[in-house]
Amino acid sequence: MSPTPTLTPVLSERWDADRSWTLSSYEAHGGYRGLRKALSMDAGDLVTTVKDSGLRGRGGAGFPTGLKWSFLPAPDGGPRYLVVNADESEPGTCKDIPLMMADPQVLVEGVAITSYAIGCHHAFIYLRGEVVHVYRRLLQAVEEAYAQGYLGKDILGSGYDLDVTVHAGAGAYICGEETALLDSLEGRRGQPRLKPPFPAVAGLYARPTVVNNVESIASVPGIVLGGSDWFREMGTDKSPGHGIFSLSGHVARPGQYEAPFGITMRELLEMAGGVREGHELKFWTPGGSSTPIFTAEHLDVPLTYDDVSAAGSMLGTRALQVFDETVSVVKAVSRWIQFYKHESCGKCTPCREGTFWLAQVLGRLEAGQGDPGDIELLLDLCDNILGKAFCALGDGATSPVTSAVQYFREEFEAGMHSAADELFPPERSSLFAYTPRRTSGRLAGVHA
Amino acid sequence: MTVVNTGRRYDDATHARLAADAAQVLSRYPDPRSALLPLLHLVQSEDGFVSPSGIAFCAETLDLSTAQVSAVATFYTQYKRRPNGEYTVGVCTNTLCGIMGGDAIWEDLTERLGIGNDETTADGKITLERIECNAACDYAPVMMINWEFFDNQTPESAADVVGRLIAGEPVAPTRGPDRVGTFKEVSRVLAGFNDGHANEGVAAGAPTLRGLELARAHGWTAPAYPDGDSDSDSGAAPLDAGDTTPGVGEPQSSTDRPAAGAQERSGEQEKTEHGSEKES
Repeated sequence: MSPTPTLTPVLSERWDADRSWTLSSYEAHGGYRGLRKALSMDAGDLVTTVKDSGLRGRGGAGFPTGLKWSFLPAPDGGPRYLVVNADESEPGTCKDIPLMMADPQVLVEGVAITSYAIGCHHAFIYLRGEVVHVYRRLLQAVEEAYAQGYLGKDILGSGYDLDVTVHAGAGAYICGEETALLDSLEGRRGQPRLKPPFPAVAGLYARPTVVNNVESIASVPGIVLGGSDWFREMGTDKSPGHGIFSLSGHVARPGQYEAPFGITMRELLEMAGGVREGHELKFWTPGGSSTPIFTAEHLDVPLTYDDVSAAGSMLGTRALQVFDETVSVVKAVSRWIQFYKHESCGKCTPCREGTFWLAQVLGRLEAGQGDPGDIELLLDLCDNILGKAFCALGDGATSPVTSAVQYFREEFEAGMHSAADELFPPERSSLFAYTPRRTSGRLAGVHA
Repeated sequence: MTVVNTGRRYDDATHARLAADAAQVLSRYPDPRSALLPLLHLVQSEDGFVSPSGIAFCAETLDLSTAQVSAVATFYTQYKRRPNGEYTVGVCTNTLCGIMGGDAIWEDLTERLGIGNDETTADGKITLERIECNAACDYAPVMMINWEFFDNQTPESAADVVGRLIAGEPVAPTRGPDRVGTFKEVSRVLAGFNDGHANEGVAAGAPTLRGLELARAHGWTAPAYPDGDSDSDSGAAPLDAGDTTPGVGEPQSSTDRPAAGAQERSGEQEKTEHGSEKES
């Protein structure tokens, strides 16, 4: 790792500009030079450039982006589609929404370049519906890009045509799963499809489709402009480039820190002013709630796809949620499982029933009313979900449970006689002083 | 196919107005059914929930059965099956926000308003919701009002905003337009109708900019682009634009220019394939 950790603002570089979301601001900061260059290149060479850059999918799975593009079958005369996954909903993940709020044009430029590279003439941006102002900014960005000739017919005189539709979802975490997203975009319930066939072969309207995350697509203009070697000057050999690391929770200065891959949590925490004053780190997530939790012993793991994986978790979306010693891990996990239970689409039994059972067992452990054998029951339930669910939602739900039991088993044992709120009074964790009104384990107003 | 309309119908004027909107929505998609989600937002902008008339309208517009429309409407949490309040107040009680204070904010609001999750005050002003992670964790605890961001909330700040809504006063989100729109107004935006407020509000809040500010303070930058034009403030003129813009009609590489758009799109075979995949 580099001796002195630094940040490498590329995507975040324009976020503090005056009216940064407008096309004129974006152009004033060099915007759309990437598209001009791309349109002068052979589409196949663009795919090769992105392949050579080593860009890996920024939506969590880390699959090489250029490789994904190259999986599209040869053109058969029918349409092929680009769909941008802007359904950012993984607990802890908060990078794409601020990116699109501050700089929607970089995404539009990335969409135009990518569409050209893969031979797509109608691209979609699927945005979660719960962020209206981001939707406004995206709608306006696309309107401005059309007006300036960056979208539409005969883009910049190249003869290339592209239409872009910005589509708002309606509240369903599962739609972040790419095949569920496609079903949702087709006007159906957002439930995942059996794979294969993969979207590259039969995606939107059963046509060849590339589905990429916002940050992946937003990284493309820079790669085209700078070249793959430029991109590889940042990060590591297998996890090259820049990425947005999102620190939240019990840190002094939570926020977005764009750094080369391979930076460590210790370094990022120091940049963010450390754990809030007077407290110490207890556990953290490297990539959202679906990635196994880490503890202080993992602070020096380089944040690359492979190193985090070797250490027993996943880099995911670099959603670094920090929890200090005041937090009950049983309560944290119990709440996450409530989320998975709520968001399970119901299509497959292991996930639909499994998350329901997990929530019940965790609920009684949180209330201090766990039964002997509950820990084994939790692990058994996880074993019956992991690898057996239809999509990654079920797998992800097991991550916080198994990892929390691994590192904090004694807290689950305590759940057989003591309520989480008694062992860890919640008012010590909150950012403001207050007196809790309710008794432990009962969530006021919850019917679900 | 003829769809039997089992629901109530909008009056002719409303129907005509919505049909004109719906035509615009449909024009954005190669396949009409893709318009269903925005159309459901559209009928919410009319009725404040997905009403029987709204379901019938979507079914008729897209040549679906009302059962097919209802199946979709009931899957997504933003579609309401009962008349929604003028403002949806959503308190994030997912793990991180809940622990940072969201639970306390929730307790306070539910007690003040005397309603629970997904319930509406008697005056029809406020629908209260426990919401899931809304992608603003660095602003925890977060509250959303009609899906606009109210960052770094406390029980006092949340109660103040809700009190002003009940009193009929305008409220401004932390990051968003100058004034939060009503549930119906915002639903229309979600149907894809830009309301012209995109230029209001900030680009980013303080947490979004923390890394960038730290980088500026330390002089940390990404490597310069190879051509030496790393100074992004040097102006809009792309240096090489003249050279690189290919001539009209010049061969554009490998793209065999498959036509986009509905007309050329599918073919029955494709539909059949897709249909059978769906059934599996």
